Amino acid sequence: MKRRAFIQKTALSAFAAALGTEIVFGANLLKGYTPLGLQDPDPFELFKKNKDMVVLNDRPWNIEARAHLLDEKITSNANMFIRNNGLIPQEIDVANWTLTIDGESVKNSKTYSLEELKTKFKQYTYQLTLECGGNGRSEFDPPAKGNQWTVGAVHCAQWTGVRLRDVLEDAGIASDAVYIGYHAADVHLSGDPTKEPISRGCPMSKALQEETLLAFKLNGQDIPVAHGYPLRLVAGGWPASVSGKWIERISIRNIVHDGAKMTGTAYRVPCKPVAPGAKVADADMCIIESMPVKSLITYPKSGAVLKKGRKLNIRGHAWAGELEVAKMEYSIDFGSTWKSCELSKPANRLAWQHFTASIDFPEVGYYEVWARATDSQGKAQPMVLPGWNPKGYLNNACHRIAIKVQ
Amino acid sequence: MNGPEAFKDQVKQLYRALTGLLIAFVMVIGLVMAYVNDPSIFDSKDDSWVAVPEEDPDLIVDGIHQRTGLIEAEGLMAVVSNCTSCHSAKLITQNRMNAERWNTTIAWMQETQNLWDLGDQQEVIVNYLVTNYPPKAKGRRMALTDIQWYELEEE
Repeated sequence: MKRRAFIQKTALSAFAAALGTEIVFGANLLKGYTPLGLQDPDPFELFKKNKDMVVLNDRPWNIEARAHLLDEKITSNANMFIRNNGLIPQEIDVANWTLTIDGESVKNSKTYSLEELKTKFKQYTYQLTLECGGNGRSEFDPPAKGNQWTVGAVHCAQWTGVRLRDVLEDAGIASDAVYIGYHAADVHLSGDPTKEPISRGCPMSKALQEETLLAFKLNGQDIPVAHGYPLRLVAGGWPASVSGKWIERISIRNIVHDGAKMTGTAYRVPCKPVAPGAKVADADMCIIESMPVKSLITYPKSGAVLKKGRKLNIRGHAWAGELEVAKMEYSIDFGSTWKSCELSKPANRLAWQHFTASIDFPEVGYYEVWARATDSQGKAQPMVLPGWNPKGYLNNACHRIAIKVQ
Repeated sequence: MNGPEAFKDQVKQLYRALTGLLIAFVMVIGLVMAYVNDPSIFDSKDDSWVAVPEEDPDLIVDGIHQRTGLIEAEGLMAVVSNCTSCHSAKLITQNRMNAERWNTTIAWMQETQNLWDLGDQQEVIVNYLVTNYPPKAKGRRMALTDIQWYELEEE
């Protein structure tokens, strides 16, 4: 840091040049910027995360679970992935925290304190599946830009809050309302206070669903700071980026919300299928809505070695965005044959479902157990990568674990 | 002035010039040594900068820049200083792109993320990235790798 300060002294820049060190366009560097790696806290301690979670990025924080960490029916905070686009708000003043409903299509712009939200509106609790739109991005070829999530950017926790619908209706929704867009307290990576790191939303139809919450509790406790304390929008089954954290304002829009990461290529896929590596114009990219059918084997952890003759009991979860999972199967011969799993009903709409199966292996050797879910409209997970897209979203290819029988 | 006098004078002038150069050289070396020894030596008091005790911020061990995890190669410091101010180096090392896509990404960062004009450093940076972090072919599905085998206990 001091070195950077030194380099910024223009009078001495020639001296620095003579030393052959880095010359930045120093005037553009932010004052007070703290270099990485010097003051980094232990993220596992800081966010109370399981030590087996994987840190993909530390500025902004992006941390993913591994399949076996997601074995719980209701994901606990310790195993919930973190996907942040900006910096976590530093000072959260709960006593003075307010939520404002505004926008072109609000009848009466209104501001509520947290206390008002909690007392004025009925509270509901749902288990809601939130999966990052980019979960599975690491498998795309050619590689897609962004955090290289493998399988662990998904969770299904229990959220408690008020229905967004009740709050929007209290303020009044004009007849030309199209979309809602959230605004939050997180800070742009550049530190620029005029920029929002992310400001996404959803069409009115999703905003008005019973399960779309303004939540203040996660698994019965205050929402942890990294997950949006004190107020989070939760829209299960859609890319988790719709579920904005640290919410301060929701605008009822008369156009499709055009906030940060709503436009361009962010959280969009080609409207029509393209070849791997193709260039796609922004105008040909469509916003992702419901996430596709997917499943995860959460027990055993990949790499299990067992004795011949022993049955292997597997279990996991399956989810299908707005839809329900209708069928769950597994294969131990790379998709040549499939057998059924026991599949539970969801605890509520948009909650993931649990599956189990008991597997016999015919011979010693190397096996992979593949899991395949089929949604209520007959769409199943592909065994290879689904359609390539520039940003690497929506990889719902079958999950696989390795097994050795001796 | 005749011959020997002029010669003496020239010698004197040369001597002065050489002495001057030597003094300047010693001073530069001194400054360099002082800087290397303590990079903060040229700082003026500036309260907007927080003093952080640091060893060598650009320590390299086994070809890896320790502070960022980036590979030591031509262009490393251009990448460190321009690309790790806002985001972690982990975002760089995770990604694999060709020059065209890196240039597009840089343009996107300039349009939306307040990245500054990189000038002639852009080519250095992109060359570093495509050389040290080239795309890997993965096909439609990779074989499972890095399997950690363990004996499954009875439930």
